[in-house]
Amino acid sequence: MTVKELASALDCKIACMPDESREITGGYAGDLLSWVMGRASSGDAWVTIMSNINIVAVASLADTACIILSEGVIPDDGVVEKATEVGVNILMSQLDTYALCASIFKLI
Amino acid sequence: MSERVNFHFEIDGENFTSAGEASVRIKKHLRDMGFSPDTIRRVSVAMYEGEINMVIHANGGSADVDVYVDRIEITLADKGPGISNIELAMQEGYSTAPDNIRSLGFGAGMGLPNMKRYTDNMKIESEVGKGTTIYMTVNV
Repeated sequence: MTVKELASALDCKIACMPDESREITGGYAGDLLSWVMGRASSGDAWVTIMSNINIVAVASLADTACIILSEGVIPDDGVVEKATEVGVNILMSQLDTYALCASIFKLI
Repeated sequence: MSERVNFHFEIDGENFTSAGEASVRIKKHLRDMGFSPDTIRRVSVAMYEGEINMVIHANGGSADVDVYVDRIEITLADKGPGISNIELAMQEGYSTAPDNIRSLGFGAGMGLPNMKRYTDNMKIESEVGKGTTIYMTVNV
């Protein structure tokens, strides 16, 4: 399933989607950035409530397929611009992290 | 490729929001040079953790990445406060990061352990009051 297809299936808002055809191969949830960087796998949909600029570098370096901000969180100023520049997809969901992960698990 | 290619970066200690710039640039360089996604991920994650550490603890520093045919060497050097107990600092979950850094999602005590996990060799030289230099090697 691509990021674009997942966004549609989950009814996510799109903060930016510079790489919409990126294939999602798994999922990861976490807010401690070093923990995520150490444990998330390439191709994961990464669910977090962290909204600061550093999530872009973490997603880029860990090579996740997308960031999904859960619980209605919106990105801080400058995040969307940076993510677009480096090719990181960011989606937004009103679901809480548990419900969002359960939904992703069913879809992929 | 020639015998060695060096990339040098100065890490700005004042700007936490730009921390990671050097790692993202290295990722691009290595991709252009044809390294595997796994090698690129290991190098860039280890380097990012080092960058973040230098910004949090040492007011910046320098990073050198030397690319050889069979390995990639990363040298991170700072003139920060040094690490008084390296063994303790290497333990997962141990952190001296301040609260404002933790609120950004850092300071989980995973930085140095991640650097060790993602590299084949890691050596820390540190002197309290003088600074820290970390050498890491990722075999290709």
